Amino acid sequence: MNTRDHVVDPFLDDALPSLPPPRRRVRLDRTPVPVESASGPGRASTRTRGPGGPERMRIENVTIRYGEKAAVKDVSLSIHAGEALALIGPSGCGKTTLLRTLNRLTETTAGATRDGRVLLDGEDVEQLEITRLRRRVAMVFQQPNPFPMSIFDNVAYALRVQNRKTPRRRELEPQVAEALRRAGLYDEVAGDLDRPALRLSGGQQQRLCIARAIATNPEVLLMDEPCSALDPRSTAVIEDLIGELRRDLAVVIVTHNLAQAHRVGDKVAFMYLGDLVEWGDADQVFAAPRAERTRDYVAGAFG
Amino acid sequence: MLSRLREPWTDGQAERRLGAVACLVLLIIVLMVVFVAVRAWPSLHANGFVSWLGPGGNVDVQLGEMIKTGQHPPDSAYHLRAWPLVYGTLLTTGVSVIIGLTFALFSAIFIVEFAPARVRSVVVPAVRLLAAVPSVVYGLIGILVLVPAVGNHLISPGRKESVQNVVQLDGTGVLVAIVVLTVMITPIMVAIITDALRAIPTAWTEGASALGANRWEAMWTVSVRAARPAIVAAAVLACARALGEAVALSMVSGSRGFSPNPLDGLTYIFEPIRPLAASMVENVDAMNAPAVRSSIYAFALLLLLSSLVLSIGGYFAKLPMRRQGLRV
Amino acid sequence: MSVASASAPAPAPTAPRPAPRGDRLSSWRWRHRLAFLACWACGIAVCAITAAIVIYMGVRGVQYLNLDLLLHRPQAGLAQSTTGGILDPIAGTVMLTIIGIAIATPLAVVAAVWLVEYGRPAPLARAVESGIEVVAGTPDIVIAIFGLAIFQLPLFAPLSFTASGGGVFGRSFLAAGAMMSLIALPLVFGATREGLLALPTHLREASWALGKTRICTIRTVLLPQVRRQIATGSALGMGRIVGDTAVVVVLLGATLQIEPQGNVPVLSTLRGTGSTLTTYVYGNSPAGEGNAPQKAYAAAFVLLLIVLALNAAVDFIGRRGKGSS
Repeated sequence: MNTRDHVVDPFLDDALPSLPPPRRRVRLDRTPVPVESASGPGRASTRTRGPGGPERMRIENVTIRYGEKAAVKDVSLSIHAGEALALIGPSGCGKTTLLRTLNRLTETTAGATRDGRVLLDGEDVEQLEITRLRRRVAMVFQQPNPFPMSIFDNVAYALRVQNRKTPRRRELEPQVAEALRRAGLYDEVAGDLDRPALRLSGGQQQRLCIARAIATNPEVLLMDEPCSALDPRSTAVIEDLIGELRRDLAVVIVTHNLAQAHRVGDKVAFMYLGDLVEWGDADQVFAAPRAERTRDYVAGAFG
Repeated sequence: MLSRLREPWTDGQAERRLGAVACLVLLIIVLMVVFVAVRAWPSLHANGFVSWLGPGGNVDVQLGEMIKTGQHPPDSAYHLRAWPLVYGTLLTTGVSVIIGLTFALFSAIFIVEFAPARVRSVVVPAVRLLAAVPSVVYGLIGILVLVPAVGNHLISPGRKESVQNVVQLDGTGVLVAIVVLTVMITPIMVAIITDALRAIPTAWTEGASALGANRWEAMWTVSVRAARPAIVAAAVLACARALGEAVALSMVSGSRGFSPNPLDGLTYIFEPIRPLAASMVENVDAMNAPAVRSSIYAFALLLLLSSLVLSIGGYFAKLPMRRQGLRV
Repeated sequence: MSVASASAPAPAPTAPRPAPRGDRLSSWRWRHRLAFLACWACGIAVCAITAAIVIYMGVRGVQYLNLDLLLHRPQAGLAQSTTGGILDPIAGTVMLTIIGIAIATPLAVVAAVWLVEYGRPAPLARAVESGIEVVAGTPDIVIAIFGLAIFQLPLFAPLSFTASGGGVFGRSFLAAGAMMSLIALPLVFGATREGLLALPTHLREASWALGKTRICTIRTVLLPQVRRQIATGSALGMGRIVGDTAVVVVLLGATLQIEPQGNVPVLSTLRGTGSTLTTYVYGNSPAGEGNAPQKAYAAAFVLLLIVLALNAAVDFIGRRGKGSS
């Protein structure tokens, strides 16, 4: 990668037209650090990029306005199964808004309007019944938010709430166990599933929230900075988890941690002040970004 | 001494003096319990605790007898069986709290979740207004509007004749008492439950919505469940208020120490009744007779103990909720 | 109602479309729809009941209240429906409220200050807190009976009338006022305590760091900050006193007019008996002796206005404080 340092040669000062003052380039050490993970063999420092699967969701020319101000401007993306899409960008760039629009959570804010279409498996998300949409597009939030119930009740929540006839506990047990296994939490809590969920540690609570979200076998899993409230060890565990989960689902993860986006994402979308600046394979965006702004951001010039 | 008070106090002095005042307040409260217990003792002692609460005879007749016994009554003059009053209290309080709590819960959910902003701006002041109305006004409306309506329009002459030998049905009674009491205790419960529902962290409600729960489900399975300590607190408070409601009930409940008989079928709800507190208010004039006085203090002691038992019961009801991580 | 309108399938629209609100009611299970209706029904019922009470009392009050009633003293007599006014009951209400709140506020504020700022030893603090909760939960009739027990002791004879046979009457404005203070005490205490707890610790620490004693800090820094809460608590307490009937029935002696005892000018009134708006309403309703529902309505209307005015004052104090701080 070429340097772009505008270093002014002092001897050429008089001859050159006035240039903007040199920008300090902060070099980000981007050699991935091998992190000890709690379970499984030592991680390879580079993840095997997953092959793209069928398209699950498509975002077509979406513009989202809060009142007069546009938070997301004319964004088009596609989300495929078998891949993790990392949305990166500085604060306030609209990535969380875009994420929340995928399961229509932006509608809870007064004054939010949306242009453009979001398609889930070809159907307009607007036409779908909203609770059914959220069965297929699940979300995990930044702060772990397990309900004040037992672990079992938490994971079984979505299963109970969306059924015509409330299923009995016996019927739910295998599904709950499966969800906990996929979330990597089963071994730790299998002893007593009736323990209050709020007694778990932060990392465990977030994995519980993931288990809760995937209990209904959604097609897409949305994650809004899921590791920002966690310590590095829990973060590593969850990043491993995402690597596993993306094999079956499509994962969209919003993160402001560039190293995490590089570790976890197969595709990366960079947003800046509501615009989608660049979207492509993770390797390409980080190693050879096409847009200058992406280059600046990825190199840590602003953020 | 006043000049010494005007000098700047040191912290030690201040602590002692302020503490003394606080202890004075505590002393008054302790005195209250002790006085009531001491004055109640003769009646309870003469009757035996358990049989005092039991059934047996007409309370009004018994109280009337006591008035005649003068200043130094023998032990036999204390004879009283308070069951009709206790039954009346349990009936009115229990039914009112159950109906009121249901009503209050749904109203609170309405205010917090379903009400459009304009409707909310009417309902919330309405609740506050209802809570502020004095009990005597409720009693007045009850006795001047509800009682004639029930007595003249809801109770048929045939029904009145059927129980004529035992009691007169004039509209006062169980039905009006429960209606009035429910309207009186519901606003407080609405206020407490609304506050609690509003304080539920949005993380939970948003999480429930994101999992596919519709607005009712998210509210019921998460918010209401998390607000259970407040619901218990509201119920306890309403119970205490209903137990102690003397004036409004003495106006609308029939003023006869009569136990409504459930075997009477529908007539049951029209029969008169008189809870403990109302009985106390009505017999205050006769308190010169020591037998009556002791009996009334015994009623007071029973009410005091019930409030205490209610608070303790509420505390224990909230304990398992604490385990789940709810703030109680 | 947040029922989203059914939207027809649309091609990619060009104009900004308002976001559909929430989920569609038609997709809910019938049980949930029933619950939704129940919520609406309860909400409407609350408004309807309030409106009914307000309108009915308003109509009756305007019908029966006139300036005459407000300015004349009540007169004992058989034809209650035509003679006399309600001046004495109004005066009685005002007097009792003043006595009650004058005793309750200092006691409650001192107790709250001690509890929050000192509170040692801890068991004592918890005992005081529990004690005040017990008072808050006690029915007013029990407090009234307790008051009777206390004030009929010979110790308190100067506070009321003593019959010729030596029996202390035990009923007077002072007796009733003292018990009313017990009723208002928990409200003022609670409000003051909440106010003090809400003050940030850095306020106290800054004052102590300047070398002021704790009590001086309380007096000069903290108490002025909680003035609004104390006022709110007092207004709530006054509302409760004004609306209370049981204490008055038991402890004020049921005379229609204010009957002073003795010759000392102010003290005689305080030692005397009288009535308040609440007992007046109670007495004139079919439940009492007087058979003058018209007077009862008029007095009840005045009572309602006073209570609503006090509640409005509470709101006003609260709102004004929020605006300024």
